[in-house]
Amino acid sequence: MKRFWIGVLVLVIVCLAGFAAYAWKPAIDPIEPPQRSSFDQALIEKGAVLASVGNCTACHTKPGGKSFAGGLAVPTPFGTIYSTNITPDPKTGIGRWSEAAFSRAMREGVERNGDHLYPAFPFDHFTLVSDQDNKALYAYLMTRHAVESRPPANELPFPLNMRFVLAGWKLLFFDKGAYREDTAQSADWNRGAYLVEGLGHCGACHTPRNIMGAERKSAHLAGGEAEGWDAFPLDRSSSAPVPWTHDSLFAYLRQGWHADHGVANGPMAEVTGNLGRLPDSDISAIATYLISRMGAPSPERAAAAEDIRKKLSVDQGGTPIPASATTGSPISRGGAIYQAACATCHDGSRPQPFGGIDFHLSSIIAARDPQNAINVVLFGLPAASGRESPIMPGFAATLTDDQVADLLGYLREAYAQKPAWADAKAKLADTRSGKYRVSIRPSDGIERGPGNVGAKD
Amino acid sequence: MVKLNVNGASHDIDIDPATPLLYVLRNELKLNGAKFGCGLGQCGACTVMVDGKAVFSCLTPAMLVEGREIKTVEGLGTIDDPGPMQKAFIEQQAAQCGYCIAGMMMRAQALLEAKPDAADADIRQALEPNLCRCGTHMRILRAVARARDLMQGKSADTMAPIAATGRG
Ligand code: FES
Ligand code: FES
Repeated sequence: MKRFWIGVLVLVIVCLAGFAAYAWKPAIDPIEPPQRSSFDQALIEKGAVLASVGNCTACHTKPGGKSFAGGLAVPTPFGTIYSTNITPDPKTGIGRWSEAAFSRAMREGVERNGDHLYPAFPFDHFTLVSDQDNKALYAYLMTRHAVESRPPANELPFPLNMRFVLAGWKLLFFDKGAYREDTAQSADWNRGAYLVEGLGHCGACHTPRNIMGAERKSAHLAGGEAEGWDAFPLDRSSSAPVPWTHDSLFAYLRQGWHADHGVANGPMAEVTGNLGRLPDSDISAIATYLISRMGAPSPERAAAAEDIRKKLSVDQGGTPIPASATTGSPISRGGAIYQAACATCHDGSRPQPFGGIDFHLSSIIAARDPQNAINVVLFGLPAASGRESPIMPGFAATLTDDQVADLLGYLREAYAQKPAWADAKAKLADTRSGKYRVSIRPSDGIERGPGNVGAKD
Repeated sequence: MVKLNVNGASHDIDIDPATPLLYVLRNELKLNGAKFGCGLGQCGACTVMVDGKAVFSCLTPAMLVEGREIKTVEGLGTIDDPGPMQKAFIEQQAAQCGYCIAGMMMRAQALLEAKPDAADADIRQALEPNLCRCGTHMRILRAVARARDLMQGKSADTMAPIAATGRG
């Protein structure tokens, strides 16, 4: 018996030692900040494009702050994490990081000093990035303006504030390693997969997460959450009333809107804005890959889409009235609100993107969750600053909760032929009170422009 | 028939309930402060307050604001006895053509009622939805800052000089 307990003890010690060995990462020596002249200009430019694929600025720039100086509060279910300063400032940024340290952070989610990074930094995607691309990103970031600025300390409860705990998280959920080509697929498809799954980290928003905050691999791209917005499914379960095609997805990502789907809003507006820097070939590759994930639409979906097209081709205005809209019913009240407040733009003669979408086409109205509809009704779509952009006024001050609920119920029945969302009222109340936090972003094309949501420089 | 409460007075008005509040105010109640600019919620010329918050009256069907407290620029004071917001706009000579001014005042009023010590940056941000085609934004911003100080009971000579507020 004694032997048995000694055996158990030895096993425990071996396991702990093994974990410690796994968890422990050496520091990589600091370097003298490299001179700008030590980087090739073409490499820097390549890095700039890659940084916009990675949407680095979205987290690493605080609205109104300096580019890449960090300090943006990223709310997570576990507490608030503040983004880091990734300017080449030697004291507070990454000025003393060697390229090896930078590449390790991308590949393994480990800081220069050996600390594990929180997965709010999507290293679970960035691990796929190639060495050459990391080299370009490094060249780009190391040649930005150095900004001395230390982000506030993270607000995380014990034991999550202990970084070695993250090693356990990685053990459970993290697959390290650069992208490996799928030789059964085309070069275009592989390029798309590399961008989507790697630097583009689409899954960070579009894949649901488990209670430990890790993406659920079994539900890859099946729809997730981003900054208070429902990030729609990019797989078979896409809610788009007219199924996406390669061409429509390409155009949407290229220009920030498509006539069959409407304009990018919420955090996606920033994504399409950023993708503006990519060559057509890359956007096309992304579309190829995502469309292959969505698969061919079922015959029912295709038929429903055909119906919508027919309806729209004969529809010259006029508002659909569902059978349930008896006098005084919530649906008829909602219809009256739509008619009086929304139809001017959404049923008008102005084409998109400056006119509103016909709701037959709206993924938001057809979605399983009411959150995006709530967000858009309450907060609208603020204009981009200093340029032409789509815009929608918010109705938070105009509509009471009951009125919003009636309106949403009507839109669901009349346009998506689905019953009103059961959880709309509760979500509406939480969104309005701020208990559920929603980040409100202007239209696409903003590049975090001055005085808007973005950097001052 | 719609029952509206405007500037403290109650009105029974015989209109289609879907009529935009702006038309009711101007045509039925002859309150011509609020202006029609775009009818699309994009310019702010029609801004009035509903339950203390700024709304575009052009996009607000009258039926939605029954029983709620509506306030227009006429409710901020009179020609003989202008309220602090109006006083500040006159003092700063903030109007050029004046078309946007009622909307500007109402949005500013809503801000200052919710946040009496609003910083200059808050004022800039709050007024973002309102456009002024004459380009007198700098004076408008100064006037609102002035109104804030007046409302807080500061006399002219104890007021801090209004900081340059950056780009017009
Ligand atoms: S007239 Fe109402 S916003 Fe322009
Ligand atoms: S003063 Fe003329 S529009 Fe503002």
